[in-house]
Amino acid sequence: MFYREAGQFKTSYSADESVFPILQDRIGIAVILGLAFVVIPLTATSFTLSSVLIPVLIFSLAAIGLNLLTGYTGLLSLGTGGFMGVGAYACYKLTSLFPNANIIVLILASGFFSAGIGAVFGLPSLRIKGFYLAVATLASQFFLSWCFVRVPWLVNYNVSNAIEVPTRTMFDIPITGPNATPMTRYLVVLSIVVGMTWLASNLLRGRIGRTWMAVRDMDIAAELIGIRLYRTKLLAFAVSSFYCGVAGAMMVFLWLGAAEADSFNINQSFLILFMVIIGGLGSLIGSFFGAAFIWGLPIVLKMLPEFFGVKIHAATVEHLQFMTLGALIIFFLVVEPHGLARLWQIGKQKLRVWPFPY
Amino acid sequence: MRAPTSGPEVAAGDVLLSVENVSLSFGGVKAVTDVSFDIRKGEIRAIIGPNGAGKTSMLNVINGFYHPQKGRISFKGKTRSKMRPHEAAHGGIARTFQNVALFRGMTALDNIMAGRTLKMHRNFFWQLLRFGPALAEEVEHRHRVEEIIEFLEIQAIRRVQVGRLPYGLQKRVELGRALAMEPELLLLDEPMAGMNLEEKEDMSRFVLDVNNHYGTTIALIEHDMGVVMDLSDRVVVLDHGIKIADGTPDQVKSNQKVIDAYLGVAH
Repeated sequence: MFYREAGQFKTSYSADESVFPILQDRIGIAVILGLAFVVIPLTATSFTLSSVLIPVLIFSLAAIGLNLLTGYTGLLSLGTGGFMGVGAYACYKLTSLFPNANIIVLILASGFFSAGIGAVFGLPSLRIKGFYLAVATLASQFFLSWCFVRVPWLVNYNVSNAIEVPTRTMFDIPITGPNATPMTRYLVVLSIVVGMTWLASNLLRGRIGRTWMAVRDMDIAAELIGIRLYRTKLLAFAVSSFYCGVAGAMMVFLWLGAAEADSFNINQSFLILFMVIIGGLGSLIGSFFGAAFIWGLPIVLKMLPEFFGVKIHAATVEHLQFMTLGALIIFFLVVEPHGLARLWQIGKQKLRVWPFPY
Repeated sequence: MRAPTSGPEVAAGDVLLSVENVSLSFGGVKAVTDVSFDIRKGEIRAIIGPNGAGKTSMLNVINGFYHPQKGRISFKGKTRSKMRPHEAAHGGIARTFQNVALFRGMTALDNIMAGRTLKMHRNFFWQLLRFGPALAEEVEHRHRVEEIIEFLEIQAIRRVQVGRLPYGLQKRVELGRALAMEPELLLLDEPMAGMNLEEKEDMSRFVLDVNNHYGTTIALIEHDMGVVMDLSDRVVVLDHGIKIADGTPDQVKSNQKVIDAYLGVAH
């Protein structure tokens, strides 16, 4: 009743092809962006910003990256953590090489290093598919993890063998380093994530997105309509790794402030993969849902006993968290294998036809 | 519709594609043995034969999925022995499959738009911005695709994921995707398989219309003899990988070898 496109007629194909063809959606997204850019920075505490919102946004971007590869192109990858690491280490090297360059440019530029490495490790995808490809990308994960630990050049021969984020400013406002306020970092992360999501949605709705999905759904027929499989797959690997690389760079520079090789190990790859699966394969908004769910739920679970005034030992709370999260993941996969994005779609459809059942 | 850009033009009635002495085997299995025939521009050419006669293998050879061990294929005057499927697509050969090979997770509209991939040239960075020329290109191709959608009368299912469509409509969307390539030669692998009478009549009408309206040359594999005899200009008959007859429907119908192949011979 409130969400209905009746009476909204399209008179041109460009209007029909816009991202949000329905007026209510356009209003909705404007409200969300307004909240994210104006209301939240003004009201949120620095704990909310740096422990909830910034990580959720960064993981969303990494999940989008993996989703481009796994959800849209159908290539299963377990190398996400490694590609994020490439972005982070590349950004660190770039900041040391170009101390005066704009840090945001460097963060984005580090994505290109990740894209290159991703394309190289994507080469096996030309020959192998499915679980076998997952194993091949797993090899890249282990190889990159090994590099992060064993190549001290990557961390400028630090004794701690870790990335220590230097302070960088823009217009005299510190963006990275210990002096940067959570609000600044949040706004930078938000801008990059919103911008890159917009670009991804453009890409997906156009020729390139269609070739990716064609390769995912039926590679033989895709080849037949003139799509070159190797180009398409390598492009998917490169773009996906670019997104992961930028996410990795932001993770270290705008969230953690320091990172060791362990931050980019296989667990990270699995975490992002869970986000993509829970959120919904082949859905941009699902990447946000997945990241918010996997990152947000433990925080909510941790707060619950306190909220209800139940005194439980901290360790017990943590165990309960793991158990509940695991159970919920299984529950979701059983109830809705297509992820939270599908639930969102069903909800929207229900709203459209409300108060009728269909 | 515009003609494909590559290769010399072939006048109507001239040979568009010729298959010369092609043999194809998989290990010890001989799929096709020493088969020669040609397809003329503007005609509907049927390839028939009992199950396992090598008809689909023949189509796979024509569009580059299989590389024959012997023989040559020339298309638009250019002879080649090895060709990748995407090169065939560039040359103007489109194809539908016996068991529908659509992109199941995409909408009907996106499937047909995907058929226009080769015609779209804006590069990656324009695609990223989807602005100005890139958007204009998208809209221009959408116009063409909408013509095809209208032609095939599938306006109502544009936005439906093709995996959810009934079989008959899937076949139609697949034909639409092939048409979107504006092919010079359209290979149809059993376009009427599994359809009821009404759906067959519809599909026959579409095939004839494609041939008349767009002037597309069509090579078609079909088991329904009524359909084959009514639609096609010339028929080639294969049996166990060997060509046993070639000619107009009437000639083929009265050919003793063909009758034997279909009905069996008394020993």
